[in-house]
Amino acid sequence: MKEIFAHYSGGREELIPVLQETQQHFRYLPEEAMQEIARFLKVPASTVYGVVTFYAQFKLTPLGRKIVKICRGTACHVRGGAKILEEVEKQLGIKAGETTEDLEWSLETIACFGSCALAPVMVIDNEVHGRMSPAKVKSVLSGTE
Amino acid sequence: MNFEELQKKATAEWQSLSNLDHPHIIIGTATCGRAAGAMGVIAAIKNELAKHNIPATITQVGCIGICYAEPLVEIAKPDRPHIVYGNVTPKMVPQLIEDYLLHDNPHPELAMGTVGEETIEGIPRLWELPILKPQVRISLRNCGIIDPEKIDHYIARDGYSGLVNALKKSPQEVIDEIKKSGLRGRGGAGFPTGMKWQFCRDAQGTPKYLICNADEGDPGAFMDRSLLESDPHAVLEGMLIGAYAMGANDGYLYCRAEYPLAIERLKLALQQMEAYGLIGDNILGTDFSFHIKIKEGAGAFVCGEETALIASIEGKRGMPRSRPPFPAQSGLWGKPTNINNVETWANVSAILQHSGDWYAGYGTEKSKGTKTFALAGKINRTGLIEVPMGISLREIIYGIGGGIPGGKEFKAVQTGGPSGGCLPATLLDLPVEYESLAEAGAIMGSGGMVVMDSDTCMVDIARYFLSFTQSESCGKCVPCRVGTKHMLDILEKITRGEGTPEDVDLLLNLGKSIKVGALCGLGQTAPNPVLTTYRYFADEYEAHTRDKICPALACTDLITFYILADKCQGCGICLRSCPAEAITGAKRLVHVIDQSKCIKCGTCLEVCPTKFSAVVKVSGEEIAVPSEPVPVTAARPTAGTTAQDE
Repeated sequence: MKEIFAHYSGGREELIPVLQETQQHFRYLPEEAMQEIARFLKVPASTVYGVVTFYAQFKLTPLGRKIVKICRGTACHVRGGAKILEEVEKQLGIKAGETTEDLEWSLETIACFGSCALAPVMVIDNEVHGRMSPAKVKSVLSGTE
Repeated sequence: MNFEELQKKATAEWQSLSNLDHPHIIIGTATCGRAAGAMGVIAAIKNELAKHNIPATITQVGCIGICYAEPLVEIAKPDRPHIVYGNVTPKMVPQLIEDYLLHDNPHPELAMGTVGEETIEGIPRLWELPILKPQVRISLRNCGIIDPEKIDHYIARDGYSGLVNALKKSPQEVIDEIKKSGLRGRGGAGFPTGMKWQFCRDAQGTPKYLICNADEGDPGAFMDRSLLESDPHAVLEGMLIGAYAMGANDGYLYCRAEYPLAIERLKLALQQMEAYGLIGDNILGTDFSFHIKIKEGAGAFVCGEETALIASIEGKRGMPRSRPPFPAQSGLWGKPTNINNVETWANVSAILQHSGDWYAGYGTEKSKGTKTFALAGKINRTGLIEVPMGISLREIIYGIGGGIPGGKEFKAVQTGGPSGGCLPATLLDLPVEYESLAEAGAIMGSGGMVVMDSDTCMVDIARYFLSFTQSESCGKCVPCRVGTKHMLDILEKITRGEGTPEDVDLLLNLGKSIKVGALCGLGQTAPNPVLTTYRYFADEYEAHTRDKICPALACTDLITFYILADKCQGCGICLRSCPAEAITGAKRLVHVIDQSKCIKCGTCLEVCPTKFSAVVKVSGEEIAVPSEPVPVTAARPTAGTTAQDE
């Protein structure tokens, strides 16, 4: 944590950037890290927890090694995005917002990825897969697509 | 270096690109291009060039907005017009490189258009294409044309001359120029920008802050992402001009974290500005100083609301507060603050490069200038466009967008995201202006335009938007926190076929109360999708509640798929494709769907060969089909075709 704190001056407004960098490092926000952040920025731990639970980006449990994001934007919805989500949930055996027990996969939905022209879209790590269909899900997940 | 010297150096570099003695290959690599495979195409081009030992310059540019044809590759040979190729795949690359560059065969059948004065037989001019011709590109002026990572490209195309012009004027004269342009906030609400600046300039208290809102959260909207990825300096120059006019020395650019490439390019742009003395202390040798910090959002839609965004920059939960006081009086850290959206800032730099009168020459009386729109959904040419205000929806959807795919019927266009509304076919000739859209129950919004065809259920769309606003509601005020939840519950009940006409009445009443009772824009506009879909598509609400039918065949609880016994040829395609393994059958046996396993994804309907058309989707009717596979009795549709051919 000291290494992370070295990038900041300790002002309250740095809470979100500090949390973002911490999460990038641990792949989630461990309780001890949040306590240390509270001490560093001189704010109550409850404030840190309040901010963490407000923003969708912050996670309290470890994320999987691969993160699948399903876009639930309007264009994706109109072009069948909900069916893609159902199929991914079925293939991975987890619901949106969950991580598989072996920590291999996390499944998230995001408001809109802004790649509406290629709807429906799913994203694995940072690779965007456009023009999806339920039948293509299996091969995209296994990386054979 | 003073500005004239910077300009001279930049122009020389820019011109050297058009006077190359070897081919110049230009590829769009914004997020859309990359998602469509642009990076793979670049690798293939480099391979092919090396294979034939052809010297060439490769330039990566942003997004020109022809998203449906990404990846786009533009090839310029010395003394020939540039040719733009669309939907390029690595497989096509040898045809472009070997055939065109070595053997001078331009493959007109693959080309979209040419750029330049001369033409090539069989290829239209790019800017004459129906998607581009009606456009007037002011905020998108450089998108897809310059390399967004090179400040010199921006400067060579009049970049930062708007700042230089502004610095020659007094701050008040700059505000007057913006007032003259008639520019209104492009984030959606349409508040006159000049007036907003005046409030901030006249406000007591120092320091003053300036914010660029790049928290583009509306689903279906990607104008700001594209602009920041393709021309970050246009936005940053606008911020500098605003800071000078309002007397701010510190600014923030708040960008959502879902746009990593935009953030990367902004950071690079700021470094380049610093090297040129265009940001920091004593900009261009004057006593004007301005600093910009980039803040990354953390995934909360409500942070697009200005007071919530300010709270988020301060490191707090992004919750809105009631206004007044407006941010112009009391904003960031309680100081006078001005917030404008990405597109507004990009227009500001263009206005100061030209003039307020020039900008006001476009558009209509009350809505001046141009507006960008992200065209998506059920439309042939998806893309990012910029058109003069006052253009009709029909010109956008049919002229530029090329109409609805598959010859289907247009049903509605959704503008303004979750705060907007769905406009029906009868309003296709409505001019796109702030006032006319508001009268029709929608809003201009930030520019998302999602087109829907006869397969889209309007009740389901209303449910979709409510589920969005409900999950993004910050929870501070009761009308939004509790009200949207109730509206969503009712809509879910209706789409399951369990709703009653009284539910619809309650839904509308709730909607009207939330509109007046909610604290911020998110809550006040959350009922709009319900209210407009009811206003124009009340019959669909009736069909769901009275007849338990979904006329668009979209609500999964109200539809059933059947395989018709008199059409099925037993080819097995549907069985193999079914992701739920709900289909049983064998070769030459009529296939049967186990309704208890069916997830209603529609894959069987999609894959069933059109000449058989054995799968049907119905709502509110039952079709008699065998309960288990039986031998095929249907006649073959065409002689000589066997199922195995499929």
